[in-house]
Amino acid sequence: MSDDTAFDDIPGTILFNAERSRQGYHLNMFCMSLMKDENRRAFRADERAYLATFPMTAEQRDAILQRDWNRMLELGGNIYYTAKLAACDGLSFQQIAALMTGSTQDEYARMMLGGGRPPEGNRSKAEWEHHG
Amino acid sequence: MAEIFAGVATSHVPAIGAALDLGKADEPYWKPVFDGYAPSKTWIADKKPDVVILVYNDHASAFSLEVIPTFALGCAAEFPPADEGWGARPVPVVKGHPKLAWHMAQSLILDEFDMTIVNKMEVDHGLTVPLSLMFGQPDPWPVPVIPLCVNVVQYPPPTGHRCYMLGKAIRKAVASFERPLRVVIFGTGGMSHQLQGPRAGLINRAFDTNFLDKLTADPQSLVRMPHVEYVREAGSEGIEMVMWLIMRGALADDAKEVYRFYHVPASNTAVGHLILENPGR
Repeated sequence: MSDDTAFDDIPGTILFNAERSRQGYHLNMFCMSLMKDENRRAFRADERAYLATFPMTAEQRDAILQRDWNRMLELGGNIYYTAKLAACDGLSFQQIAALMTGSTQDEYARMMLGGGRPPEGNRSKAEWEHHG
Repeated sequence: MAEIFAGVATSHVPAIGAALDLGKADEPYWKPVFDGYAPSKTWIADKKPDVVILVYNDHASAFSLEVIPTFALGCAAEFPPADEGWGARPVPVVKGHPKLAWHMAQSLILDEFDMTIVNKMEVDHGLTVPLSLMFGQPDPWPVPVIPLCVNVVQYPPPTGHRCYMLGKAIRKAVASFERPLRVVIFGTGGMSHQLQGPRAGLINRAFDTNFLDKLTADPQSLVRMPHVEYVREAGSEGIEMVMWLIMRGALADDAKEVYRFYHVPASNTAVGHLILENPGR
């Protein structure tokens, strides 16, 4: 894409472009498989064995086993797909959002009730570096 | 001759559906959201549309990475609710309107929009939550629905301009249908909406308010907005707002805002909602 550089400057955000889609194909298709109850049961019964049926990288498998939600995105996962793993785990979207931002659910919920994360200071990586 | 007489824009947050399904609608956290839609329920019950065209994005439910259509039109007679990982929503099966949908597909394709025709599809919260917000919990749904899925998951999504022009082509398609149906078009998707990563929870009320103002009064000023601006200002999933431009394009240039609601937060996101009517209604 012509303006990927501009997207890359947005902090804390991973865009699902062609490269990440190719990288994350099997990770995302694993997540999608959890839309079937029989697959959720098989996954819960033996996570490693179930994951072995998808040709993912070791890093991708580890990120899933550790429920490292940001790492999954970095390795080509897409949030609309990884949300299905969260749903399978019984986690709400707000719970995984809190985890991805490094805050407790309570802290995150209070931030949202206070109007959410403000755009000021959050528009570019330079702003994040400046504000530490 | 069929006619699109009004448009509805609304967020489609999954947690809203869960709140309704789990009987939490009267809890203090959720009550303001459902109260905000109370006038809309009265409005649509009064208008009694014959068909709803519902523009939304499938959230990796009907379409996986195996097939990624940019615009997909649901032409089936019915669409069951999808299991998104926690079981299907306990809502009625959505009934389609195959005759109008097929007519639209033919008209749009001959108008040079490359629609994907879908004859079998499950529908996720993107479609069922807007129906719940507008119609509550009836069984069955009171109106047939034509689903129109837009890819906003895999980059690049369609441009705002393409979406707006598709809306215009939909208006023309509906107007050339032989039966006298009264149609409402829904444009759905998140306003401030960053679901992912360390920036999750971004809310930009100023951007959202400006978007709502311009969508009614000056949509031309929005149609060339680059994707990166949506993402930077309204969050990674704020890109879903391009779908509202399909709804807007399907209405008259001088359509009027008759209702607006904006609320923060619903789980991780802002809730935005507009009702627009064509003049003379």
